[in-house]
Amino acid sequence: MSSLAWRKDGLVLFKKNMASFWGIYRRNSMGLIGLAILLLFALMALVGPHLVTYTSAVEGVEKMLLPPGGRHWLGTDDLGKDVFAGMIIGSQVSLLVGAAATAISMFIGTVIGLASGYYGKTVDTLLMRFTDVFLVIPWLPLMLVMAALLGPSLGNIIFVIGITSWAGTARIIRAQTLSVKERPYVERARAIGSGDTHIMTHHILPNVFPLIFANTVLVAAVAILSETTLSFLGMGDPTRVSWGMMLHFAFEMGAVSHGAWWWLLPPGICVVLVVLGFTFMGYALDEVLNPKLRRRDR
Amino acid sequence: MKNLAAIDAGPESLLMIKDLEVHFAARAGLLTALFSKAPAVVRAVDGISLTMAQGEILCLAGESGSGKTTAGKAVLRLVEPTGGEVYFAGEDVRSFRQARLRAFRQQAQIIFQDPYESLNPRQTVFAAVAEPLEVNGICRSLAEKEERVAEALQDAGLSNPRELFIRYPHELSGGQRQRLAIASALVLKPRFIVADEPVSMLDLSIRAGILKLMVDLREAKTISYLFITHDLSLAWQVSDRIAVMYLGKVVELGSADQVIKTPLHPYTRALVSVIPVPRRRDAREKTLLKGETPDPVNIPSGCRFQPRCPRVQPRCRTEVPPYIEIERGRYAACHYVG
Amino acid sequence: MKLLEVTNLTTYYKLREGDVRACENISLALGRGEALGLVGESASGKTTAALSLVKLLPDNASVKSGSIKLDGREIAGAPEEELRRIRWKEISIIFQGAMNALNPVRSVGEQIVEALKIHEQVTEKEAWRQTRALFEKVEIDPKRVKEYPHEFSGGMRQRVMIAMAVACNPKVVIGDEPTTALDVMVQAQVLQLLEQLRREREMGLILITHDLSVVGETCDQVAVMYAGKIVESGPTETVFGKPAHPYTRALIAAFPDIEGKRSLAVSIPGNPPNLLYPPTGCRFHERCAYAAKVCREEEPLMLHLAEKHISACHILNGRVKH
Repeated sequence: MSSLAWRKDGLVLFKKNMASFWGIYRRNSMGLIGLAILLLFALMALVGPHLVTYTSAVEGVEKMLLPPGGRHWLGTDDLGKDVFAGMIIGSQVSLLVGAAATAISMFIGTVIGLASGYYGKTVDTLLMRFTDVFLVIPWLPLMLVMAALLGPSLGNIIFVIGITSWAGTARIIRAQTLSVKERPYVERARAIGSGDTHIMTHHILPNVFPLIFANTVLVAAVAILSETTLSFLGMGDPTRVSWGMMLHFAFEMGAVSHGAWWWLLPPGICVVLVVLGFTFMGYALDEVLNPKLRRRDR
Repeated sequence: MKNLAAIDAGPESLLMIKDLEVHFAARAGLLTALFSKAPAVVRAVDGISLTMAQGEILCLAGESGSGKTTAGKAVLRLVEPTGGEVYFAGEDVRSFRQARLRAFRQQAQIIFQDPYESLNPRQTVFAAVAEPLEVNGICRSLAEKEERVAEALQDAGLSNPRELFIRYPHELSGGQRQRLAIASALVLKPRFIVADEPVSMLDLSIRAGILKLMVDLREAKTISYLFITHDLSLAWQVSDRIAVMYLGKVVELGSADQVIKTPLHPYTRALVSVIPVPRRRDAREKTLLKGETPDPVNIPSGCRFQPRCPRVQPRCRTEVPPYIEIERGRYAACHYVG
Repeated sequence: MKLLEVTNLTTYYKLREGDVRACENISLALGRGEALGLVGESASGKTTAALSLVKLLPDNASVKSGSIKLDGREIAGAPEEELRRIRWKEISIIFQGAMNALNPVRSVGEQIVEALKIHEQVTEKEAWRQTRALFEKVEIDPKRVKEYPHEFSGGMRQRVMIAMAVACNPKVVIGDEPTTALDVMVQAQVLQLLEQLRREREMGLILITHDLSVVGETCDQVAVMYAGKIVESGPTETVFGKPAHPYTRALIAAFPDIEGKRSLAVSIPGNPPNLLYPPTGCRFHERCAYAAKVCREEEPLMLHLAEKHISACHILNGRVKH
């Protein structure tokens, strides 16, 4: 078999895995709804910003706080900017922060959880006490303090959310690692001469990860909520439009007292929808990847 | 008591175990741990000595709690021995570190009991068999690796190996999985394999095929097996010699036919008497022992079999019977044998 | 009148792909105090057949047809309520994994007492007295009634399961691989206990096992199942002494006989068929050494060979040369 054929085999394998995954996933209606919502927002974040403009009105006061209708489907804000355009562009920041913060959080959580569970003993004790600290500190004030210290930039927000949300993941990974490392195939791996790193990356992680994949998706939901919260509280990056930022300005400028519901609702609903999408998908993945939860549909 | 006759290894001996011990600290409850001075010790393997010739199949037989599996793993240092010596091809296994240990493990492999659990469910057949090669940096090119993997699968009796490459273990039958596990041990071309109850999870009808494969490989590739089983009839079929273990010690050793047809030790006699035969049997005398193997934390005084021995004498309760050569190549540890 | 008479019992499992024909036209008869061994490889339908008797089946299984007569009374179509009364009190089951069948957070005694109180309407005190007596019967120290399942060894747990199964003096006990996970010595002890209880209480015993030897030790009758069908049945001596069906012969050959000469047992080539798509003709033909054209095309009829000895194979009616 040439390596070309082998690559083809790899593709076949990938297709097979995906097909079997999709075969189960597609029967989960909650998961399908979640996936559809997220795909919609992803499309919005990728394509949308090229189609709309979100600038201050130059025409003057007559453009400010217009209710929905006509050229402005969702009305305008106090600077005469189109709320619909803001909503579209804001999706970029929310999804970016969600994805990036989740990646950081998963990375830290996985490394700490894996090391803790695999090595056990002193390493475990030290790492877990460290994790406990992160679990119990009130994350919102910490985030606020850190965001205030580091300054309001998108990078900092991602960093702050990532660094404060890994503890739960670390706990779950550790628990799963503890159970997987006792499996005979791990002992077999040792018997063929594998080192610790090899065992962790080739045997433990692949068997732990599906179980926590759902958790990842849920972390993303939390990260997006955190971004919205931070931005709403004024810790967001003022140069980027995000749903949190929109809510922040709407609140600051008295959208409520002006009765400008069109300014508050769209970003709010978007946040809710994205979080719902992630949550639905998280639960669905949990059911699909965790056979113990899989309902028998006969 | 050491008996040198038991361990006099000829130059052809592949494995020599001398007074091997594996003791663990018992997991005691919190209260026991607080109030007892000496921590309880599980004497899983309590001083066994064996030698194995190149190409030999030696069976460690015993019930659960006899320490047979721990002994097998201790030889490979998958469990660290706490005492005694292990020599493989004349080299001191207990002194191996890092690279040397890795090199040793290429020659000495293990096959586990449960083919469902000993294979990583997320590794394809190819990945599982290629892994030993990758870990040990054996094959340079992919083509070479594929060749070795296909060969190992073929040797393990899986025809059309390349068609199996991208299958997952759950897509294989129980027998095929165990063959896959054997292939992943064979791929390193070992000289010695510890087979830990390799067929006990399989249906009777497919067992024989796996056993035949293992025996054939011994002929074809001069592989020696330390075959671990609780099933004496199985031990008798496949092995050259049988060592019967009870509570961490070997109580009897002899050729397969000797141990099964004319057992010496009362424990072996009882075990042999209850081996089922596939026919109606009423008259045949069976010796049913009372109770079960005791906990290796509290090993009885004197002969460790005495509380269950049907032929116990006062002397047995106080004096440990020596493990001695009764006739050429036959050993037993009982005051009233020989 | 036989104690238990099963005729043409058929049970299917419904899957998305279709019906799994797990057991088809199973007929069995069991006399009072008799032991019947139901032998077959895994997935041969032996457990399904036995569980169908008391309808302890997964949701997707359905008993398609057949009659089950217990002491002459038809129980095949009995309503769930009646079946609940029958289970335990008249037909009880000893499961394979004793650890899974016992509730881990309640003492073993409590679990037996509970069953006794429900089925026998005895007082708490009487139930405990009976439980202690049962423990004595199965050779466990009655002082251990208050202990939890994890405090018992595998063999002891299986004894507890037996105590539970015989608690209400059932007419029939079904043992589903009751000794499979046990050491030889413990297996011998448990089998002896079952034998002893059976003789004392005149219970009928159905022993489901993949291990022929277990049957040889304890059963009067044996029925060999392959791929959902009985291929041979008869008195144990006859079936072991003069096996008629090639599958029975192969099973016996796969068994090491320490009274004979030392050699490797012979395996049966191939794997049992997928019962979603059972083979045409004789279900064993794909693995049979003697298979001929007729075996692939026609299903062999059950032939009466001798007193109580029946088997279904084309060799037996001379249509295929041996």
